[in-house]
Amino acid sequence: MKPTPLTFQELLFRLQAFWAERGCVLQQPFDSEVGAGTMAPETFLRVLGPKPYKVGYAQPSRRPADGRYGENPNRLFRHTQFQLILKPPPENVQELYLQSLEAIGIDLSQHDLKFEEDNWEGPTVGAWGVGWQVMMDGMEITQFTYFQQCGGLDLDPICAELTYGLERLCAFMQDVDSVYDVVWARDPDTGAVVTYGDVRHTEELQYSVYNFEDADVERLWAHFNSYEAEAQGLLAKANALMADEKATAAEKLRFPLMSTYELALKCSNLFNLLDARGAISVTERVGMIGRIRTLAVGVAKVYVAQQGS
Amino acid sequence: MADFLLEIGLDEIPARMIAGAEAELGRRVNELLTRERLLGSGAKVTTYSTPRRLAVVAEGVAARQADTEEQLTGPSWKVAFKDGAPTPAAEAFAKKAGVAVAALEKVTNAKGEYVGVTVKRPGRAAAELLAAELPKEVLALYWAKNMYWRAGKPERFVRPVRWVVALLDAAVVPVEIAGIAAGNASRGHRILHGQAPVVLESPKGYVEALRKAFVVVDVAQRRELIRNALDKATRTVAGARWREDEPLIETVVHLTEWPTVVLGDFEAEYLALPEEVLVTVMRDHQKYFAVEGADGRLAAHFLAVLNTQVDAAGEEIIRHGNGRVLRARFKDARFFWDFDQKTPLAARVESLKSVTFQKELGSYHWKTEANLAVARALAAKVKAGGVSLDEAALVKAVELAKTDLTTELVKEFTELQGIIGGLYARAQGLGDAVGDAIYAQYTPASTEDAIPKTVEGQLLGLADRIQTITAMFGIGAAPTGSKDPFALRRAANAIVKILAESGLGLALGDVLEASGAEAANKEQVAAFLRERLHFYLKDVRGFAYDVVSAVLAAGADDVRDAIARAGALTEARESADFAAISAAFKRIKNILRQAEEKGFALGSAKDVKLSAEAQQLKDAAAALAPVVAKLRQERAYGEALARIATLRPTVDAFFDKVMVLDPDEKVRGAHLGLIDEVLRGFSGIAEFSEIVTG
Repeated sequence: MKPTPLTFQELLFRLQAFWAERGCVLQQPFDSEVGAGTMAPETFLRVLGPKPYKVGYAQPSRRPADGRYGENPNRLFRHTQFQLILKPPPENVQELYLQSLEAIGIDLSQHDLKFEEDNWEGPTVGAWGVGWQVMMDGMEITQFTYFQQCGGLDLDPICAELTYGLERLCAFMQDVDSVYDVVWARDPDTGAVVTYGDVRHTEELQYSVYNFEDADVERLWAHFNSYEAEAQGLLAKANALMADEKATAAEKLRFPLMSTYELALKCSNLFNLLDARGAISVTERVGMIGRIRTLAVGVAKVYVAQQGS
Repeated sequence: MADFLLEIGLDEIPARMIAGAEAELGRRVNELLTRERLLGSGAKVTTYSTPRRLAVVAEGVAARQADTEEQLTGPSWKVAFKDGAPTPAAEAFAKKAGVAVAALEKVTNAKGEYVGVTVKRPGRAAAELLAAELPKEVLALYWAKNMYWRAGKPERFVRPVRWVVALLDAAVVPVEIAGIAAGNASRGHRILHGQAPVVLESPKGYVEALRKAFVVVDVAQRRELIRNALDKATRTVAGARWREDEPLIETVVHLTEWPTVVLGDFEAEYLALPEEVLVTVMRDHQKYFAVEGADGRLAAHFLAVLNTQVDAAGEEIIRHGNGRVLRARFKDARFFWDFDQKTPLAARVESLKSVTFQKELGSYHWKTEANLAVARALAAKVKAGGVSLDEAALVKAVELAKTDLTTELVKEFTELQGIIGGLYARAQGLGDAVGDAIYAQYTPASTEDAIPKTVEGQLLGLADRIQTITAMFGIGAAPTGSKDPFALRRAANAIVKILAESGLGLALGDVLEASGAEAANKEQVAAFLRERLHFYLKDVRGFAYDVVSAVLAAGADDVRDAIARAGALTEARESADFAAISAAFKRIKNILRQAEEKGFALGSAKDVKLSAEAQQLKDAAAALAPVVAKLRQERAYGEALARIATLRPTVDAFFDKVMVLDPDEKVRGAHLGLIDEVLRGFSGIAEFSEIVTG
């Protein structure tokens, strides 16, 4: 008899357990707006510099332009990634990944698995890599990337990033056609289920209304410029500090880089909101991405300087 | 003679890069073995690949290079030995040659007596040579995109190297590539075989050993397996055929190690969507093959090529999974199709103002207006030439041609630009003339692609492209030798092809004039178009380069005319008479050039008594010129060239007997004037002096 597929939360438990058992630090999702797990400091900053690191975390990822008022069965304003960074990548990283699929109940002998070229890049954070989208029976379930650059800096050692799309995986395993029908949790006593729709449908609707209709474009621009200016000010202060020969390592480390980076992330989210409102022309787009990238690259340099030689 | 196997195991290589790399690796190994004298006669080098490996098997490899002998010659005998005793010169030479002085011999040659010695050089072991040379060869392979993965970045390659097999017969060749030491263990299919190593006993057993591990290493074999499996799976549907798609076959060949096929289906209701949309989703997004019924129309089935084999239960799971994904995509496509139709194309023209064509030039709204002006000008010319066209349809098609860029369907499937516009136009009742023109606006996409079928489509295609070219040249964005980011060459090639294959009766000059380009720009664009015509005649039509040069020198404006002349010239040049005429015209051209350099004036034959041969040439040319001119007017080029060839005996006699540069200035002038007239009178079809004669 076929075992009952995992619920949404069981899927997350199992993935976390699998990677924790292999030496990964389990972190909490980043608590400010990000468009992908890659942008959370646990990835963006940790992949820089020479220190090895292994971390995994779920990351709700906001993409305003993808909102569909809760009406599209496959597309969400906010989906949940499971983000994994292995720095440096172990030699058997692909085999480990396949084992993680078995751990969540996928019998690989009953499925068609392909690694198809897909080179990820995130221009707003100056990052790019080389890798694949992992296809299972014609559906992409994971983005698998060997990072080459982040924050505009060459990486050495590189890392492997595995980004699982949890809603997709779960809908696939539970064989439901709409993400809202995914069983999120099942009561162990009564068997009563709570679906994804029960948990998230209303917020998908409300976020879409804000993102497409109610968000005030002028205020969004004002917020963007304000956060950008604050971040620039902090970066200028950081650069002066890092260049100061008399500053100690402790003094350098005291500089609030995390808060500076969060301001840059706010800018990135505001860009996405403005985009969803149709407020950014094709020509302006390139310029704006450049502004955010400048902040991200500035943060990356300061981080490396803080870590010392 | 031994057999050699090299296998490099990696993380999955991008499908598009494998064929090129496999061939290059084979070439490099072949060249290395040949260079090092390790390949016997009758040796065979075979290459293999899967997404996870590149391999070469060389049969007939020498285990050791043959020993060689080298003759070294030193100082003259007199200097080397004095009174029978060796001098320092002899000792130095012996030392350099690595032999004892006693081994030195006397060598006598044309220059005298010298010291010499034959040195034996032992051949090196193949294993030693391969270990030293292979890493360099492998790491030099070209990849469109490289990565580094090891600390300190010692090398770049397409993906991390995971294992290496290097065997010379049963012995491991001690080569190390990217930090991986070669062994005799390969790897099988990740799922069907698992993690156990595949131990290879000899290069000869490679193919079979991997096959047992569920890996087909031979690309041709995988291709055939896939084709057969597609056939077999399709046979389960009565009367159906799978749609041939060679590029897709190549892609799936390079995505699999153990290919099988599964046939799936989708709800027939999706067949209401245009085939173009359905096939784009199936092929580009999902890498499925489409299935058609006996009537050639799409059937509600798809074929997926898998990288595994499964039992019936597994097949059902995989079929179901793929079907789910396809259904979701079709649902999206249908949603977009319905949603888009709520705003007809006509209502989208204004919104083109916010779609940038090029940041210095403007929006697609601007481009549409510009295109309209060009299209109207072209229409006027075409009508003046007696070609019938539906001008209202043309104008409407140009107006709406770019509106599909604002649709959700094109935003989702950008490769369907133009096609979607055409489909929407038809669906919105704008008629076939408008729909067909919009649909075909981006064809021909290559030199092998067909041109638009209707006059309106051809004019839209010409207008759009010449406008882009002249506008880009105008802002200094003309293509350079290595860069052509706006694909202007492809656009110009399409212009030439449309003029060549349509009945529009337009010349390149007409198209350029209609573009309304400014004078300074015009020269540059005209030269660019002429260069593309040259390319078309030589590389697409296959005319010889000298024929093309000759034809274009006589006229590079009318494309169809140039083709006709090139064809006639290609045939005519086969005749000996013609070759002689070409040589003679070359001679005439050279003499005229020399004359010009020396300041000799061209004169007339009026007050001069010409010799018999000169007079004959003059008379023959005068009689023939109007005949040839008439034939040229009638475009009877073959006949015209044949007539020109009849001048041969007269021209030959002229050059035999007449001293062109006669010492008498008047006679000289008359001669020069005569040959100049002959040259010009018969260069209307082609400049024969460009023809290369044997």
